Amino acid sequence: MTLFEEIAQHYNYWVTILLMVSGLYIVVAKSNMIKRLLGLSVFQTSVYLLYLSPGKILGGTPPILASEYSVYANPLPHVLILTAIVVGVATLALGLALAVRINEAFGSIEEDEIVPVIDREDHAA
Amino acid sequence: MSVEHHAFHVTEHLPALAAVVPLVGAVLAALVRNGTIAWLVSLAVGLALPVISILMLWEVQASGPISYALGGWAPPVGIEFRVDLANAYLAILVSVMAGVVLAGSPRSIDDEVNPENRAWYYAAFLLCLCGLMGMIVTGDAFNVFVFMEVSSLATYILIAMGRDRRALVAAYQYLIIGTVGATFYVIGVGLLLAMTGTLNLVDLAQRLPQIEATRPLFTAVAFIIVGLGLKLALFPMHLWLPNAYAYAPSSASAFVASTATKVAVYLLLRFTFSVYGVDFVLPETPAATLFMILASVAMISGSLSAIFQTNVKRMLAYSSVSQIGYIILGIAMISETGLTGGISHMFNHALIKGALFIAVAAVIFATGAVRIDDMAGLGRTMPVTMGAFVIAGLGLIGVPGTAGFISKWYLIQGAAEQGMWWIVAVIVVSSLMAVFYIGRVVEVAWFRAPLSDAPRRAPPELVLAAVALAVAVVIFGFFTEFSAGVASDAARVLLEGYAR
Repeated sequence: MTLFEEIAQHYNYWVTILLMVSGLYIVVAKSNMIKRLLGLSVFQTSVYLLYLSPGKILGGTPPILASEYSVYANPLPHVLILTAIVVGVATLALGLALAVRINEAFGSIEEDEIVPVIDREDHAA
Repeated sequence: MSVEHHAFHVTEHLPALAAVVPLVGAVLAALVRNGTIAWLVSLAVGLALPVISILMLWEVQASGPISYALGGWAPPVGIEFRVDLANAYLAILVSVMAGVVLAGSPRSIDDEVNPENRAWYYAAFLLCLCGLMGMIVTGDAFNVFVFMEVSSLATYILIAMGRDRRALVAAYQYLIIGTVGATFYVIGVGLLLAMTGTLNLVDLAQRLPQIEATRPLFTAVAFIIVGLGLKLALFPMHLWLPNAYAYAPSSASAFVASTATKVAVYLLLRFTFSVYGVDFVLPETPAATLFMILASVAMISGSLSAIFQTNVKRMLAYSSVSQIGYIILGIAMISETGLTGGISHMFNHALIKGALFIAVAAVIFATGAVRIDDMAGLGRTMPVTMGAFVIAGLGLIGVPGTAGFISKWYLIQGAAEQGMWWIVAVIVVSSLMAVFYIGRVVEVAWFRAPLSDAPRRAPPELVLAAVALAVAVVIFGFFTEFSAGVASDAARVLLEGYAR
């Protein structure tokens, strides 16, 4: 097998890794709190793909029991990821709510602007 | 589905109740919308859970590990709650700390949290407790993730309820780091699932040795360790912790500081020892050496940062970073003595930090002081509270006759057994540094003139909670059958692993 085929056959993993790394990069590199939360969402979404893509079997049917089908996808990752999606939505919602409150309290959602304010308050109080 | 066939015995369902009772309590607290009733509900949960936990330990000691098939679906397909000595011990710790903090906190919370948020505070507190208890009792790797997020999301809410606006930013930053940690954990679990096809921890332990391709397994180990490392605030992944503990409402700090990181440590123990087993991860990866180095750096740098803090809560938070170092150090020794030291230090540190944070909560209630300099003369105006603070502080230093001494003694013995004298030196130096930062508070509180004449009277239940924990610190310094005895049994269970 050539290297190209090796890479092409695992393209689902490449997409997963790309999403994972770019999501994490946004979380680390950005100062805007909303952008960081979105990066976090991309990062979490990559994990959904990590779980789901190996569960799919080529030529397999959805996991419904019937006598004429014997090859079907693994339903377990779907169930797990359904839960993970709920967790992800809840986290994003809470994070955005905090961002709203931070904007009310500090008048900004840029961490570069807020952190110096906090440092000043830490030293004053 | 054996459940339907015979009568419902409450004692058979203890592991499920450990997670369900606080969950139901949280829903009730959220529905009543009244701070006082919500507090009563959470107090009832806080009193019921220790009973459930003690019954579980009792049953485990009498007839071995409890395996509970959730919903009647047999493991490994169904979710299993599995309780052995290690997690029964931790369940008692977490539920007792929750009970003590809840019993002591109502007026402190009335003082620090907006009236319209009080019921929500107790709802979030109980959700956090539900998540922690769930992480402790469950025997399913993905279930751990779900409970982890339940407790984490609730903790972010608790922190954001602090009266200072900086609490919001602390909660936001913890949310980002905590979610990255949980996601790392779930990536590791996903790789394990892809390689073994199971999520049940016992089943994983049995299937892992049969897997030939070890590279994905090592990747999974790395992701899980880093994810849990972020959750347990292992140096250098501790940056979320100081602000989170400093700006949360005082009694939330007391609860979170004494329990949340301990549960993450427990999961680390569970994965490294029970699931991967001593023969697999530890000899073939540099994990133990890495833990030992990071733990030592945490012990020194955490204490050093604590010495230079002006905010007393933040000082205690940095002290937690260093104390987590002690616990990880015990784990890294991979010996029965070292593990006993680490596990009993989890217990002792929870009592000590709980007492210190509750004492600070009483000080904040009485005077509003969070700066160490503002605590001048409090030894004279609040002798009982500050007395509890000093006794717990002595425990933190590890003075003989306190609980802290017992666990540090095991750690030193464990290091000496393996001839690692530099570890002994690190333990002694870090303890001496604790003398400085605790001593600074003592100096300010006793040897300086009070700033104001008479502070507001601290609520007696709050002072009583601090005193009770301080007394426990002394009691467990003399009577070690439970704290160190059960810890050493738990250490033995962990070293054996699931796959015999």
